[in-house]
Amino acid sequence: MTLLEIHEPGETPLPHAGEGSLAVGIDLGTTNSVVAIARDGTPAALHDETGRALVPSVVAYPEAGGVLVGDQARALVSSEPRNVVASIKRLMGRGAADLHAVAGVLPYEVEPGTGQTDMVKLRIGGRARSPVEISAEILKALRARAEAALEKPVERAVITVPAYFDDAARTATRDAARVAGLEVLRLVNEPTAAALAYGLDKGSEGLYAVYDLGGGTFDFSLLRLEKGVFQVLATGGDTALGGDDFDRAIAERLLEERKGDGLADEVDETAVKAALALSRHMKEQLSDRDQTSGRLEIAGVPSFHTLTREEFDAMVDSHVARTLEISRNVLADAGMGAADVEGVVLVGGSTRVPLVRTKVAGMIGKPPLTDIDPDEVVALGAALQAEALTGGGDTLLLDVTPLSLGLETMGGIVEKIVPRNTPIPAQLAQDFTTYQDGQSAMSIHVVQGEREMVADCRSLARFELLGIPPMTAGAARIRVSFAVDADGLLTVAAEERTTGVAQRVEVKPSYGLSHEDMADMLYDSMDNAEADMNLRLLTEARVEARRGILALEAALAKDGKLLSGEERAAIDATRARLETAMEGESRDEINAAAEALETLSKPFAERRMDRGIREALSGMSMGDLESRVGE
Amino acid sequence: MDHFARLGLPAALDLDAAALDRAYFALQRQWHPDRFVAKPPEDRVRASAEAASVNEAYRTLKDPLSRAFYMAGMAGVDLPGDGKTIDDPDLLMEAMEAREALHDADTPEAVDKLAVEARQDVHKALAELASLFLANDRAAIRKTLLRLRYLDKFAEEARARRMNIDRSNA
Repeated sequence: MTLLEIHEPGETPLPHAGEGSLAVGIDLGTTNSVVAIARDGTPAALHDETGRALVPSVVAYPEAGGVLVGDQARALVSSEPRNVVASIKRLMGRGAADLHAVAGVLPYEVEPGTGQTDMVKLRIGGRARSPVEISAEILKALRARAEAALEKPVERAVITVPAYFDDAARTATRDAARVAGLEVLRLVNEPTAAALAYGLDKGSEGLYAVYDLGGGTFDFSLLRLEKGVFQVLATGGDTALGGDDFDRAIAERLLEERKGDGLADEVDETAVKAALALSRHMKEQLSDRDQTSGRLEIAGVPSFHTLTREEFDAMVDSHVARTLEISRNVLADAGMGAADVEGVVLVGGSTRVPLVRTKVAGMIGKPPLTDIDPDEVVALGAALQAEALTGGGDTLLLDVTPLSLGLETMGGIVEKIVPRNTPIPAQLAQDFTTYQDGQSAMSIHVVQGEREMVADCRSLARFELLGIPPMTAGAARIRVSFAVDADGLLTVAAEERTTGVAQRVEVKPSYGLSHEDMADMLYDSMDNAEADMNLRLLTEARVEARRGILALEAALAKDGKLLSGEERAAIDATRARLETAMEGESRDEINAAAEALETLSKPFAERRMDRGIREALSGMSMGDLESRVGE
Repeated sequence: MDHFARLGLPAALDLDAAALDRAYFALQRQWHPDRFVAKPPEDRVRASAEAASVNEAYRTLKDPLSRAFYMAGMAGVDLPGDGKTIDDPDLLMEAMEAREALHDADTPEAVDKLAVEARQDVHKALAELASLFLANDRAAIRKTLLRLRYLDKFAEEARARRMNIDRSNA
């Protein structure tokens, strides 16, 4: 029996340890999510009854009630598209400026803000739901899977986020976990988690790069591994670049090809989702073959498509080039060259694309490390960190801020307080002063981003420091301090220091979406909706007219002799007018010409019908006639 | 406590990078918030503040240029804020000529050559600084630091120019 346990400072096990509650690692991904657990330094992903670790990050609110997550939710995409939501991670903590990046991937109705958080809300399943609520459903499902697999309650987790996730997106992720009943031990950056999974496995030392291309985000991080220390030197990325863009490129081509075949599709939600589903399949096929083909059916009309690896590579080349440009910037930020890198770890399903592998290998000059399943590696690393945080362990993760944090100064210029790639936790302060005599208040606007002008950065919070004692301009000393905690979350405080009257304000950044942003966003979507609708009506008119002309041509070929020369000339002239109208953009002109042509050819049609009946009746038995009619 | 003292290192311009890393990692092992997940809130707040100070010390001392500026501040050298106009005519002339050369460089090789030269100048200037600090020649320290700040900016501009050329070639 142990009477007394002695622990190193800071290494006391949690009070809950041994009470049966376990801590898991969760990779909450754009496309798929994974939950994993580590025991004695060995991580394992938790599988469902059918042995699969990946849970599609899809949530459905079916008509029948309840909530479905994963494959069951995805199964409802075709029957209840309006009740199914995918890729919600792209909207975590998102504002208006980011919404166009997800248009086409997320054809959902956007709700106006309630005024409390100004977070984007979607109308799904007949109700306004926030990305936090929707993500919480995925987390609840992962938690349930873990509890079923481990047969113990699971209340704590390490959750991974893209290194490049900004403050609002991190806060949203934490909130989602809280809604799902999970205490977040730590938010860990995905590339760091991936390195953790690799590093502990191999005991590697030196400089490693993590290239993480997921469904919706790209991250590139440089880490130094040394005796159990994982030190992130620099990181960079793009929150709107990923495999979804590859799918979209293919889908656009498929729809283009259908148009080329004369098929007039109503490009609505269902059509886009069908095209994207086939695109994803074709992309995956091209990972290990040179050519693929598929069948796309929209509104019951099938079409067949082929795609070669070469064509696909050409379509996604610019996206891949962008990832390499970001990667080279990160290397330069750390003052390193590609030759300094010992190895590059590939993370995320999109790194299965052969072009990505070739290009990354070319940049680093070494074949990438791929021995851990790129879909699971992040969750495995998170599980290791969860174990380290609850049961001790000697691993130390030293991470950095992905984006610079600063304040708006005169003229809308950004003064950076915490530069990007600053190790966290960080506490930095800067002094400002008043610019007017007797100024009693100062407006403080916190922004995140690398650009010089406030307008180009992301607004995180605004507040007023009030009660500054009256002084001459430039005499007050206002210290603004920024604290970034180990989760990468920011707290800002300001105080006036000369008079000792410490007016102190603390601000947790909100979701960074003002009412104006929201209004713009709604106007944008309405403007586009009208343009989209007009285009659709025009396309429909053209198709209808083409169909009429084809029918007329067939009739003329067969029964043209029923017309007088004069009648024929009139029909030809009107037909020419219709064809000209079809090349133009006016739906009204097309419809008017089509109607004129129809009126003009009416007598011809009647004559043909009469003749047809006479022909059919002459010398036919009643039985023949009936079978004819039945055709 | 100054940044050197916090990391338990001698206040020297030619700091041993490996010793700096060792001291930093040891202190982070002690204070990083990950080690305090199960501790009471007041301990966690303290750990976070300590870890942040260690990070700030490390970040300041790791980069030779930022270390030199920090040491100049400790030595009482009066430095103008970043972004102020250059008040040294020699430096002004050097900067103008270099910018012109960068503007005319239109191949990656030409830009790289300028960047390499700038880096060599940085090393030379840093080497000179060490003796200036020993002699506590504040005016000369100031002059050299301003030149270093300019060279650093120039390297950054060369990098941007290089990227633009790469992009337009791609």
